[in-house]
Amino acid sequence: MSLMQALNDKALGLGVPLSAHLDVTYRCNERCEHCYLDHDDHGEMTTAEIKDLLHQLADAGAFFLTLSGGEVLMRRDAFEIIEYARSLMFNVKLKTNAVMIREKEAQRLRALGVEQVQISVYSHRPEVHDAITKLPGSLKRTMAAVRLLRAQGLRVNMANVLMRSNRADTEGVQALARELGAHYTLDPTITPMMDGNTSVLRHRVDSSELSSYFHNPDLVGDVESFCAPPTPVDADVLEGLPCSAGHTSCYISPYGDVYPCVQFPLMCGNVRREKFLDIWQHSPQLNEVRAIRLKHLTTCSGCTHAGSCTRCPGLAYMEGNMRGPSSADCEKSFVRTGIVTAGMMAREARPARASGLVQIQL
Amino acid sequence: MNEKYIARSKAVAARALGGEMMIMSAADSTLFSLSDVATVIWEAADGCTPLSEIVDKHVCAEFDVPADVAYRDAQQLVEDLAVRGILSISSQPVAETERPAPEAP
Repeated sequence: MSLMQALNDKALGLGVPLSAHLDVTYRCNERCEHCYLDHDDHGEMTTAEIKDLLHQLADAGAFFLTLSGGEVLMRRDAFEIIEYARSLMFNVKLKTNAVMIREKEAQRLRALGVEQVQISVYSHRPEVHDAITKLPGSLKRTMAAVRLLRAQGLRVNMANVLMRSNRADTEGVQALARELGAHYTLDPTITPMMDGNTSVLRHRVDSSELSSYFHNPDLVGDVESFCAPPTPVDADVLEGLPCSAGHTSCYISPYGDVYPCVQFPLMCGNVRREKFLDIWQHSPQLNEVRAIRLKHLTTCSGCTHAGSCTRCPGLAYMEGNMRGPSSADCEKSFVRTGIVTAGMMAREARPARASGLVQIQL
Repeated sequence: MNEKYIARSKAVAARALGGEMMIMSAADSTLFSLSDVATVIWEAADGCTPLSEIVDKHVCAEFDVPADVAYRDAQQLVEDLAVRGILSISSQPVAETERPAPEAP
C-alpha cells in the first residue's frame, strides 16, 4: 500500500476532510462554452471569511487544498489567500486559466510553495482555443504563463477538456505539454450547470468518438489494462464506497455553501451560518451520502462494471438519483470494454417519456 | 560541541493526522510520514532553538531516552530530513524574517 493510500484510509477512518476544494469566486475573464457556472457575483466571502474558513479547514485536518473558480486570480486578494493557506501548511493546488499570470505572479507562486498549477488548454490552435474561451488572445497569454511557471520550476498540469469543438486537437495540446515539460490530462467530462441546466451537454463527444481516445495508448497508457473487461463483483466490492466525495473530500463555493464535491450540488450547509466542522460532522445530507455503499445503488449494484466503473455520484444526483447510475459513466464503461452496463439496459427497458404533444383521438 | 539550529522548510505542506505528521515536498510531491520522535523535532524546529535544547526538552522528556543516544539519533535524523528538503540546518539561529510559520494544526 502506498503512503498516499494509507493516508486516505487513515483520513477515512478518522472522518477527516483530507481534501478541500474552495472556489474563491465564480467571476471569470473567459466565457468558456461548456462552463457549468454563472459568472455573476452573488456575494462572495470576504478575505476575512475565507481566512477564517481556511483556519477551520486546517483545524479539521484538511491537507490538500485546491483553490479555483471562476478564475481564482480575478480576486484582488488571491495572493493574500494563497499566502495565508500556505502559512497554514496546506498543500495548495491552483486551478486557473493563467491569463493573468505574468513573470511577477509566476515568481510569487513559486516563492509561496504552490505544489501544482492546473491550467485549462483546449487546443494548440488559437482559433479553436479562443473560440471556446470567447477571449481573443487567450491561448497566447495562457501559453506564455505556462512557460513562465515552468521556468520557475513549478509543476504545471495542462488540462484538456474534450469537446466536439476541439476533438481534433488532443495530440496538438499533448505535444505542447511535452515541449514545455508540463503534465497533460484529457477529461471527457462535461458537467451540467449548477442550476441543473443541461444545455452544455451538447458539447460532449459521441461515444463512437470516445472509443478512439480510450484506445489511444498516448492518452490512457496500457490500453489492454484500461479497456479490460470488468473484474468479478464480490462482497468486498459491494461494501465499498462509491467515491471520496463527502468521505474525505468536500467542496465549498465562493458563498460559503458546502457540498460533497464540486460536481455534486447537494447543499449540506453554509459556513457563514455554521462552523465548518459542525457541517462536516453533522450535516444530514453528508451523512446520507456517507451511508451509501455500492450494494445500496439501485441499478449499479447489479452491474458487471460495479467494481471498475468510474461512476460519479454527483452526476447521478444531477440525473435525479444519487443512488442511481450516471449515464455519462455508463457510456464510458461501455466504450472502454464493449460490455453493456446495467444502467444502459434499464434505460432501454424504461417506457419512452411522454412528449409534450398529446394525440387526441376523436 | 558545535550547536545546530533547525528550521521547518517553508516549501513543504504539513498536517498532523491522528497524531502522525504528514509532510509533502512541493519540489517533487513526495509524501513523508514522520515517526513520533521526528514529529516532535519537526514541531520544535523554529530556527532559533538549539537542537540540543530540543532534544533535552522534548525528545528525552517525552520518550525516556538517554541524552547522548537521543542527540546522536536526532543529528542523523535532521540530516536526513535536510537532504529531503523538509528542514534546514544552520550553525546560527535563523533570522526572524526567515523563521517558519507556527507549527501546522
